[in-house]
Amino acid sequence: MRPEILLGGAAAFVLAIVPALVPWTAVMLTIALAIGLSVLGIVVLLRAGQVSFGHGLYYATGAYTVAFLVSARLSLDALILIPLGGLVATLIALAFGVFAVRYRDIFFAMINLAISMVAFALLEKLYHITGGGDGMNVARPTLGGVRLGRAAFEGWMFYTTLATVAIASFLVGRYLDSPLGRALEAVKSNETRLEYLGVSGNRVLHVGYAISAALAGISGAIIAIVNGHVAPEFAYWVRSGEFVFIAILGGAGNVVGAFAGSIVFEVIRNHAAAFAADYWQTILGLSLIVIIMFAPDGLTQLRFIRRKAQS
Amino acid sequence: MISIQTVLLAALDGLSYGAQVFMVAVGLSLIFGVLRIVNVAHGSFYAIGAYVAASFGLFIAAAGWSPWLTYPAMALSACLVGIVVGGTLEVALLRRIYGKEQVLQLLVTFAVFMILEDMQKAVWGVRPYFIDAPLGLLGTVNILGINYSIYQLVVVPLFAVVMLVSLRYVLRHTRLGRIVTAVTDDREAAAAMGVDATRVYLLTFMIGASIAAFGGALASGATSLVPGMGAGMTILSFAVAATAGLGRIEGAAVAALMIGLGRSLAVYMAPEFDVLVPYLIMFLVLLFKPQGLFSVQQTRKV
Amino acid sequence: MFKRPFDALCALMLLMSSALAADKPKELVVGITTFLSGPASVFGVPGKNAADLLIADLNAKGGILGVPLRPIFIDEGAGINQLMSEYRRVVLNEKADVMLASISSASCLALTPIAEDLKVPNILWDCSTPRIFEDNDYKYSVRTQAHSGAEMLAAALYLIRNKPHFKTIAGVNQDYAAGRDQWGLFLVALKALKPDVEVVAELFPKFGAPDYSTEITRLQALRPDVIVNTSWGGDLDTFVQQAAARGVMTQSTFVFPLGESSLERLGNAMPPGVIIGGRGDHYFLHPKYAQQPAFRAFVTRYREKTNAYPIYPVLHMAQAFAALEDAYEKAAQTNNVPWPSSEQLMAAFRGLKFRGLTSEVTIREDNQGLEDQLIGTTIRVPEYDFAILDRISIYPAKLVTTPVGERSADWLSKIKPEIASDPSIETFTAGK
Repeated sequence: MRPEILLGGAAAFVLAIVPALVPWTAVMLTIALAIGLSVLGIVVLLRAGQVSFGHGLYYATGAYTVAFLVSARLSLDALILIPLGGLVATLIALAFGVFAVRYRDIFFAMINLAISMVAFALLEKLYHITGGGDGMNVARPTLGGVRLGRAAFEGWMFYTTLATVAIASFLVGRYLDSPLGRALEAVKSNETRLEYLGVSGNRVLHVGYAISAALAGISGAIIAIVNGHVAPEFAYWVRSGEFVFIAILGGAGNVVGAFAGSIVFEVIRNHAAAFAADYWQTILGLSLIVIIMFAPDGLTQLRFIRRKAQS
Repeated sequence: MISIQTVLLAALDGLSYGAQVFMVAVGLSLIFGVLRIVNVAHGSFYAIGAYVAASFGLFIAAAGWSPWLTYPAMALSACLVGIVVGGTLEVALLRRIYGKEQVLQLLVTFAVFMILEDMQKAVWGVRPYFIDAPLGLLGTVNILGINYSIYQLVVVPLFAVVMLVSLRYVLRHTRLGRIVTAVTDDREAAAAMGVDATRVYLLTFMIGASIAAFGGALASGATSLVPGMGAGMTILSFAVAATAGLGRIEGAAVAALMIGLGRSLAVYMAPEFDVLVPYLIMFLVLLFKPQGLFSVQQTRKV
Repeated sequence: MFKRPFDALCALMLLMSSALAADKPKELVVGITTFLSGPASVFGVPGKNAADLLIADLNAKGGILGVPLRPIFIDEGAGINQLMSEYRRVVLNEKADVMLASISSASCLALTPIAEDLKVPNILWDCSTPRIFEDNDYKYSVRTQAHSGAEMLAAALYLIRNKPHFKTIAGVNQDYAAGRDQWGLFLVALKALKPDVEVVAELFPKFGAPDYSTEITRLQALRPDVIVNTSWGGDLDTFVQQAAARGVMTQSTFVFPLGESSLERLGNAMPPGVIIGGRGDHYFLHPKYAQQPAFRAFVTRYREKTNAYPIYPVLHMAQAFAALEDAYEKAAQTNNVPWPSSEQLMAAFRGLKFRGLTSEVTIREDNQGLEDQLIGTTIRVPEYDFAILDRISIYPAKLVTTPVGERSADWLSKIKPEIASDPSIETFTAGK
């Protein structure tokens, strides 16, 4: 883990300077880093060999939590709203996890997909509560007790997000190194053996599931605050698919990779949209295929885990 | 209140919808059974099949030929899409990723889905297409004072039933079918028996794609074709296949009917929640039968 | 001793004057959000085609105040989040001077606060939610067309006038915010105009639904006198096609307030006798302008380019560019500068009267455009292989638009039935 911490520290330092030099990148990088938190959640599950095609649910939970709290005029600070988004997502994941962690592989992916699509349909349908397809605007909250103008707010939100990412990465790294985190790998490689040791695979996965949901919730909360708007499409399956997409792009199973992948994704997407508005989906799709087929180096971690599993 | 009449009407309404969803879901299920790939691009076959059939239909109308030709044109476009688009995809891409992680396979088809979405726009544009010949030719039938179009009430479900019966026949009584069934139930054993997996995979994929495309071609007779129609169908057929148990053909028919019926009952009783129905059914089924309604028990490998 | 302060003063004066009268830029960058993917691209792509055509025309005569225009298109179909990031990027990084946003009400609700934040002039060129200027006060956004309040009231007035004896009504509307808003406003207006009307069904099929069997069965069983459907694009086409095949189109009077955009595509499937609205007074056979050379020339050129007749988003785009050009010229003149600042431009929009290709539009003090509404009834003629409009009524904007400071839902509930026969409504019957 040590080289990863060094690498992460260096990357964080470089990132911290960029918005000071090129101000318009602040929001883009904030969004990329925030999405990276959701991707990190996927990475945690990938350790157990599981993929959720419904993490948009927890992302949307974090975002709508913020939206409801702000429109309730409680005048909560951004620094309180962000963890609250994560907390609500965790609670839902703990409850829903009771069922979800009984499933593996494609069925795990699907039960998550089902529940997130129910959430998506409800967010669209409950028009009088959620604003339906229009979504809800989120007025700019105070940050650290200060009411800031646009430029200052964007700048400070970037550093807040960077700090959140640093703390989350560190904690997730510690978790993955702990016995509980290592047990995730056993869920992937051979769960029956794990259970012979007296460890419940379901319980191991439940903890991982709650942590990954917390990350997605925080990620959604930050996006809601930075973008100032939430919409049902946060819970749509294509959104969830993108998280998995980015996790693979960055090299699955890798904490730094989650954020690197997320930044690369945001840049590709922005440029694709700018230079080929009609064909941005093709460009993204092709780059994903190229990475999976021809650049397995981005996926070292994944191959490594599999080889270990086979031995 | 639920009266017998309501249930009957709702069943008739749900029939055509269920039949269309079945066509797409059964192909998805078949492909998963053999290739063990969840094909996210499956809805694109549905959409492309619909667009190709509509193009043929417009051509037939423009050339002044008999509008009855639109029916064979539908079957033709389904085969064309299955062989050309499905075949190319399997040979050029999927064949190279069978050894990879399930997640990666799924993501490759996700990427293909995104590319095919753009391709449809490039070829057919964004203007909604429709052909009115199939719906108009057959007229209506009156049941309980309600006019039903014969195309939607009889033709589309009939084709679905024919599809189901022939699939069953092929799977049970032909050599190819037995190989496919063997691979679906236990692929290691099948491979050990000397099954030529490459050919079976290609054939299955093309057949699955053709059925979805046929579903699309049938839909083109009653629905306007718009960009993005494939995405909704992908997710819906996914729900049907999962409810039934992936790889289960007859199960897909039952699940598609359940979803069709559930949806139209919802329009009568709780119109607020008709979109929720497929996912709620899927969720409830998976809760109690994790492998789907019609799954076979899998042995746990140590 | 005196020299240095004097120099400083001179420098300061120079600085101030140049800040006030900014030099003309090399080009005028216009960011345009429109649907290039997804079902709503049936509006978005015609809108983009229109923008390309209009910008080419403007640049051919030297641009606005001699500055050529350069468009940057942003896809609304990519999702709200992506749209917001792109919007920011185009303003901050590409230095867009003006933004034209958007088609979807959801996009507009999300983007107007951002425009305010970025202090960039933002023209709402096609979206219809009345909430924008009724719930908030925006300095940097302006709408160059009407909102759903006016559109729905005009449709209700037309219905009352032309089919006065109906008793029951049903609504079939797409299940998303705009579909629900529009139906809600229509109903409020109708109840004020005709309190005894009975609503027998309110159906909200899923957005993009491929099958309306159940809805059509219910409509057949209920047999309402009038059926209102605010759908558009593929959804409306599918509904009409399936309803027509089952004989429902002849059983009730249908009202499609956004139907103008589907007429050409639907061809034979659209029967005569259906009430159709044009979201403003937009129709390629506009009874007042169809014979005018400028209008005819545009219709011909647009058809040559796209092989289709222009529909309302095309004409909305024309209004947005007309307003932009006139506002720049007005701002330069009133402030006596070669190139106005964003604030001067926004000030020029207030009270601006401009004309796109159809009737003149006035921008009110709350930045809402006042646009006339055109409604007609379909008829079949041999000259066209699709239905065209007859018995067209044009409702003046002043009559049907919610006054400043009032909310549409409240105001519509108080309107009086007499305005259905207000003398300011112009009516045109076939025979051209």
